[in-house]
Parts: sequence; C-alpha cells; structure tokens
Amino acid sequence: MVNFLTLEHVTHHYFSKEGYTKAIDNISFSVDEGEFVSILGPSGCGKSTILSIIAGIIKNTQGNVYLEGKPIKDSKLAIGYMLQQDYLFPWKTIMNNILLGPKINRKNTDSYKKAALELLQEVGLQNVENQYPPSLSGGMRQRAALVRTLINDPKILLLDEPFSALDYQTKLKLEDLVGTILKTYNKTAILVTHDIGEAIAMSDRILLMNKGPGSLAKIFSVPKELREETPLDVRKHPQYQILFDEIWEELDKREETGKVGVI
Amino acid sequence: MKTDRQLFEQYHQNLKREKRIIHVWQISIIIAFFLIWEAASRLYWVDPLLFSSPSRIFQSLLERFAAGTMVPHLSVTLFETILGFLIGTIGGVIVATLLWSFTRFSKIMDPYLVVLNAMPKVALGPMIIVAFGPGYTSIIMMGVLVSVIITTLTVYSAYNEVDPNYLKVLKSFGATRWQCFKEAIFPATLPTMISTLKVNVGLSWVGVIVGEYLVSKEGLGYLIIYGFQVFDFTLVMSSLVIIALLAAMMYKVVEKIEAWLIKHTK
Repeated sequence: MVNFLTLEHVTHHYFSKEGYTKAIDNISFSVDEGEFVSILGPSGCGKSTILSIIAGIIKNTQGNVYLEGKPIKDSKLAIGYMLQQDYLFPWKTIMNNILLGPKINRKNTDSYKKAALELLQEVGLQNVENQYPPSLSGGMRQRAALVRTLINDPKILLLDEPFSALDYQTKLKLEDLVGTILKTYNKTAILVTHDIGEAIAMSDRILLMNKGPGSLAKIFSVPKELREETPLDVRKHPQYQILFDEIWEELDKREETGKVGVI
Repeated sequence: MKTDRQLFEQYHQNLKREKRIIHVWQISIIIAFFLIWEAASRLYWVDPLLFSSPSRIFQSLLERFAAGTMVPHLSVTLFETILGFLIGTIGGVIVATLLWSFTRFSKIMDPYLVVLNAMPKVALGPMIIVAFGPGYTSIIMMGVLVSVIITTLTVYSAYNEVDPNYLKVLKSFGATRWQCFKEAIFPATLPTMISTLKVNVGLSWVGVIVGEYLVSKEGLGYLIIYGFQVFDFTLVMSSLVIIALLAAMMYKVVEKIEAWLIKHTK
C-alpha cells in the first residue's frame, strides 16, 4: 500500500539578492490516510514552509512530495488550507466567502448553498450567512473559515496555527470542534503549531523540529488512550502530562545545545 | 446626578454648538475677504484695473450669462475636464492591471514610469499639440496625461500591497492569476482607486486649463489668457470664480460617488 502523503528528502531554500537561507533541510516523513499529524517547533523552523510545499503554493528546491503516490503538482486532490487568521474576504458575505472554492473551480455554487448552511450549523454558526466578516468575533470567523475549507471536501487539511490568534477559551473549544469534525469525516490533517498541549490534544503523531535549518528532530507517537479522547478531555488525562513533560524536556535540551552552538 | 439620556443630550448639544461656531467662522472669513477686497479696490489701496472688485466681477458674470457668452466656454471646459478625468483614471487602472499581470513587463517599464512621473507633464504640452493638432483632442490629452501616470503608479503599488495571505487562500483552491485578481486584488484595492478619483479631479483641471492656455479658441482657460492679453482682469477673475465653483462641484460629486461605492462594494 502506498502512503497517503510522502515527503522524500525535501529541502527548501529562500533566495534573495544577498544570498539564501535554507528553510528546511532533508525532511522525510509520511502520513497515512485519516491520520492527524502535528509539526511542533520553535518559530522560524520552517514549519509553515512545509505546509506551503504540500499545498503546492511554493515549489521545494530539492526532494519529492507525493500525494497518493503521485507527484504533488500532478495531484488533483482538493487541499484545505487554514491560516493563522481567518482571511475571510471582508467585502464578501459569509456565504460568498464559503462558496469561494466552488466558484474558483467553476462549479455551480447554488448547489453548494445547502451544504454550506448545514456545515455552518454544524460548527455552531446560525444566521450569519448574509453578514460580513467584520461583524463576527474572531472565533466565529475562524469557524466560518473552517466551513470555507470543508465545503470543497478536501482530502487533506493543512492547519497553519489556526488557533494561535484566539483567546484561550475560544481556542480550546475550536480545537475540540475541529478535532471532532476531522475524526467524523476521517480527514487527514497536518497541524503546524508551537503549542505542545495543542499538539498532544489533537494529533496521532507529533513531529518535533529543529531550528536553523529546519529538520526533523524526533517523532512522538501519542498513546492510544489519548487518541481516543476529544482534545478537551485529553488535557485532563493523566497520560497527557507525561507526554507533555517528555516533549518539554526534549525541546529544552535542544534549546540548550542550540545556545552552546551560538557561543 | 444626570441620567444617561441627559448626558447624551449634553454631548449632542456640544457637538451642534461646535459645528455652529465652525460655520460662523467659515462664512465670516469669506464675507470679510470680499468686503476687504471691495473696499481696497474702491479706496484705491490696490489698483482696481489689475485686481478688479467683487461687485464688478459679479456684474460682469451676470452680463455674460445673460448674453449667453459664458455658457459655451464653461461647457467646453467642463466636457474636456470630465473626459480627461475619466480617461486618465480608467486608463491608469488598466495600465496598472497590465503591469501586475506581466511581472517582467512591469520591471522593464519601471525606469520609464519613474521618469514620466517625475517629469512635469504640462511641459509636454507643445508636443501634445503637435501630435494631436490644435483642438479638443490635445486639451483632453493634457488632462489625461497629468493624471494617468500617477494613477498607474498609485494603483499598481496598491495591487502589490494586498495581503499575500488572501492569495494563499485562493491558490489553495487552485485559483489562476486572473481569478486572484478578480477575487482579491481588485476588490481589495477599490478604496485606493476611489481615493485617486479625488486627486484626479484636481489634476485634470490643471491639465485642461494649461491646455487651453496653449491652444484653444474657447473655454475658461482661453478666457483667462484672453482677458490677460486685453488687460480685462475682471474677465480673468470671473473665469477663476467659475473654475473654483465648478471644481468644487465636481469634487463634491466624486465624493458622493465615493460614498455610494463604499456602501455598495463593501
């Protein structure tokens, strides 16, 4: 069986007149269908670059990326991308924002309206379809952005710190919602975050990254007991703290050796 | 202790009072200006032959309107200005869109645009007249030339300042470059385009009046030059008053259009 998503020795450079920076270096991993993988690391370790490469927005300078065994540029699979902020278009109503994907792909948008309303209901948004994004709160907007992503029925979701701009309570609730929805529809997802708790609460596997240039440091498997709970309940589980401490220690160790390197 | 309602009333009263004071000052200044001008002219503090006087300008305007010799000049200039304004603005947006569509083209054009922008466009007046002949076309072209390049540069730089994350969202749906333009770039820069409208109103007037100075046989710019040559400064001043009124009216109309556009494209 081929893996759903495979990265082989992926390296990416950002070039500028002054020179180049290696954002990520020789990254290899694979993700199974329906799996939730988190990429955890300090800011500037190239986490977002990996997502942009998988989304096909930037082309990696070296290495190969395969989606369902095909090179990423030949893959016609729908990809859902959620960013740190909602990036709902302020001049479009919530409904028109949600129908953006079908519109771009020249599909009959009317046929998506019912599904859009159902999804809105599912994420707990009612009677907002004719409102404009600025009149909604941050959490509501991020939920609308989730609907905009889900309406295209993406096979894989790329989540680029989508909860980091929200207040703590909203963040926990939204994590729960997203986790539950993704599990229900058996979606594959990759979450980029610098929040250890969030990574443990949501994922099946955690990829820990090194900084400068970004490379894979260690892979943690989340115990089965935690995987079966919803993100909110994982945080209350006794196993949660054990894994948290383990990851914390690993990060701490790397930070220290990093410092030695600088001196 | 005052109630909420009373506090609001008080705030409202203060606002109204402030507004009234401003209006009184504005009207006083314009009345004082005309009174002092009139007095200065009648008492020979200034040469009435050169500086005319409000009463003479008013009388001259009445006569010209009554005799029907003002309206043709006025409408010609207004027509030229509106056309110059429209072509300049729309043309600028189209050129900016072309520059955005073809990145290499915009890099190639960059130094030329910088030079054209830095250059005083009215200095090209004689060349325009040679190229387009001594008529309306030349004058409208002057109006266009003055506004088109600054519009291009302003709108083009606004295109480039649109938050790239909007494009990221669209690209993740598989949008083409044209779709990115239609869905994100254009609507996001609409406020900038609207604000260039206001700047361009003023610029088109500059272009058209200078154009009329150089070549025309009619129009308000022509009246100013003609009045200057025959030493009829009442005519010069009358034309200036008309220009001031028309420009202000056009500006107000653009402001109304702006308000409407903002309301309907949000």
